[in-house]
Amino acid sequence: MYLASRGGSGGAAVSRSVGALRATTSNVVALGLVSLVTDISSEMVTAVWPLYLVMGLGLSPLQFGALEGVSGATTALVRLLGGHFADRWRQLKLTAVVGYALSAASRLGCLWAGSSTSALGMALAADRAGKGIRTAPRDALISLSSTPDALGRAFGVHRAMDTVGAFLGPLAAMGILWASLNSFDAVFVTSFCVAVVGVLLMVSLVRDRKGPPAKAQSLGAMLALLRLKSFRRIVGWASLLGLVTMSDAFVYLILQRRWSVGAVWFPLMPLGSAAVYLLLAIPLGYLADRIGRWAVFLGGHCALLGALLVLLGPAHGIAFAAAALVLHGTFYAATDGVLMAAAGALLPEHGQASGMSLIQTGQATARMLSSVVFGWLWSRWDSHAAVLVMAAALAVVVLAAAIARPLRTENTS
Amino acid sequence: MSGRWLVVFVVMMVVSGAGYTWHARKLHARAAVPVASAASAPAISLRTPGQLFFRNTVHGSDFGRVAAVPIDQLGQPNASRRVFDLSCDRFAVAAGVGLCVAQQAAVLPPVSDVRILDQDLHVVRERTLPGTVSRAKLSPDGKLAVWTLFVIGDDYSEDRFSTRAGIWNLATDEFTKTLEDMPIFTNAKRYFSADVNFWGITFAADDTHFYATLSSKGQTHLVQGDYRRYRGRTLEENVECPSLSPDGKRIAFKRRVSPDDPTWRLSVMDLGTREITPLAETRNVDDQAAWLDDRTVMYGLSRGNGESDVWAVAADGSGAARLMVAGAASPALAYE
Repeated sequence: MYLASRGGSGGAAVSRSVGALRATTSNVVALGLVSLVTDISSEMVTAVWPLYLVMGLGLSPLQFGALEGVSGATTALVRLLGGHFADRWRQLKLTAVVGYALSAASRLGCLWAGSSTSALGMALAADRAGKGIRTAPRDALISLSSTPDALGRAFGVHRAMDTVGAFLGPLAAMGILWASLNSFDAVFVTSFCVAVVGVLLMVSLVRDRKGPPAKAQSLGAMLALLRLKSFRRIVGWASLLGLVTMSDAFVYLILQRRWSVGAVWFPLMPLGSAAVYLLLAIPLGYLADRIGRWAVFLGGHCALLGALLVLLGPAHGIAFAAAALVLHGTFYAATDGVLMAAAGALLPEHGQASGMSLIQTGQATARMLSSVVFGWLWSRWDSHAAVLVMAAALAVVVLAAAIARPLRTENTS
Repeated sequence: MSGRWLVVFVVMMVVSGAGYTWHARKLHARAAVPVASAASAPAISLRTPGQLFFRNTVHGSDFGRVAAVPIDQLGQPNASRRVFDLSCDRFAVAAGVGLCVAQQAAVLPPVSDVRILDQDLHVVRERTLPGTVSRAKLSPDGKLAVWTLFVIGDDYSEDRFSTRAGIWNLATDEFTKTLEDMPIFTNAKRYFSADVNFWGITFAADDTHFYATLSSKGQTHLVQGDYRRYRGRTLEENVECPSLSPDGKRIAFKRRVSPDDPTWRLSVMDLGTREITPLAETRNVDDQAAWLDDRTVMYGLSRGNGESDVWAVAADGSGAARLMVAGAASPALAYE
């Protein structure tokens, strides 16, 4: 079933034979290791970035506006181009390495930028562009390095390792600030060194997946992927679900307002979600392989709906705040990698990276729009009404998606 | 790349990172410029008249500590500097009361301690809040402590900042973490928006009226607030970090010259006539100014790399900016 939906490329059957299982799995772990190390590096900077701007450089709020860096539209474009060129040149690994290297170089850019807001903005833009370029080819590599029936597990392993890095990053930053007597430069230099290690690991441990020589790939070929009925369906449904997905920042903000969670605890809430994500990414990936990826993906959205209902409910107490965070983390574990696994199984081998970038861009753009709409609802009425509208819309779309069953063929396998 | 080379390169990177961290530690710990010793200076308190207090930014072991210079020695390069054993990121003083807001070292996400000091700079009360300190002031009688903290993750976009401006009533112990829920009126109409941020509070001598910056939808407004009735109204646009003069008749603030020019220009507004006078300081000032007296405004001006100087300029737009204390920030004078 899966092989058939891959457009019948002959090479796929060989690389996907059970005999290659051990080798391919090691590639997924290598990619996970690269993401782990890279995430340590990027989360180090993310953690100190605001401090650096305020304490180190003395910038003030309106100057941060200038630092927004690349807009959402630019990120989307960069991601699509990264996916496209990776497929066009059959260079998944090289494209991903370029993305990782660009982000690594941006750390030194932060140092050289000094207090110039435009230079800092450019360094930030380079980091984002690097992330945009590498994401789709990396996910394509994960997908092509795994057997079709174990895609969910492969993405689960990768996302779990990635999240470990996200946990370690702020800790590393704290340790370096402590050891260097609050030197931001030391954090940037160390972050650069860690990022270089990530690039080295990528270059030496990850094996590329060249596949068969592709036909001439044009940008049109990318859009042609949307002619694949099942892929078009999940891009559409994932985007539609993205449109009714409340952004993390809002979830945390409402949690904090409703329970006036000790203000000092507020910044730890994302860590709570991430911990659940870390614990559930692999088991839910397994589950997705067993019972169907779309079912788990929709189940994740049900968990988000549950989190919204907790936010809306009359009950108070720290236990409810914790429940909301657990449900929110479950939502991520059941959707983020699982969607890529679902997409990977549907895409032809030569269109993996472009396809991944399409679905990621569709989802991200929809979520951005959802934030704008939610912000508008919030300022027009209040947070309670806005969450109510969002929850109702989410329930309707999840129900519709469950009835439509865009991947109905999957369950028969 | 063979496994051996990979190991070599990874070790090289780890050593580089650790080496730089060690180097930075040495750099920060080194006492670059000796600061006048505390022992030789006469004992002073927050009630000692004629002293300008500030945050010492001379690199070395006294970096970040509260220090004082006699007013009659301002502008002199060899002014005797008394350094206290108290580190603050932002410092204020009024009527013998001190306010020290200091970010806790190497704690992420950042949290800051708001400390109330007696006249001998001993901490008498303390509260911990999330965020990174940006501004701190006291009402003229020292009964109301106000501050602004930057907080992350509190916005639609996670990269953006929001600010929380709070008030601590030291007389009643009433603690307002943020003004964000304070009703605001624009032309007698209630203003609603989810993205309201306040910063830079300054109190009048009556402990009731105050001014602050409200930012929403990319615009900044000067807000006049009433602390007792807990409400405010917008007065003027493009005003940031107001600071009320000792006579309560004018506010000094910074404002954008034009949307394309990122320079903040220090200006003074007469609250009676609403007339705005740009001051003779033409450089980019990012500070909540303080008043040396009714005719002079002082402010910190960053030199980059964490160092800054305190400058002063006439409040009527005349003259030129003059250097008051080198290696200093957050100037505060207790006028009684």
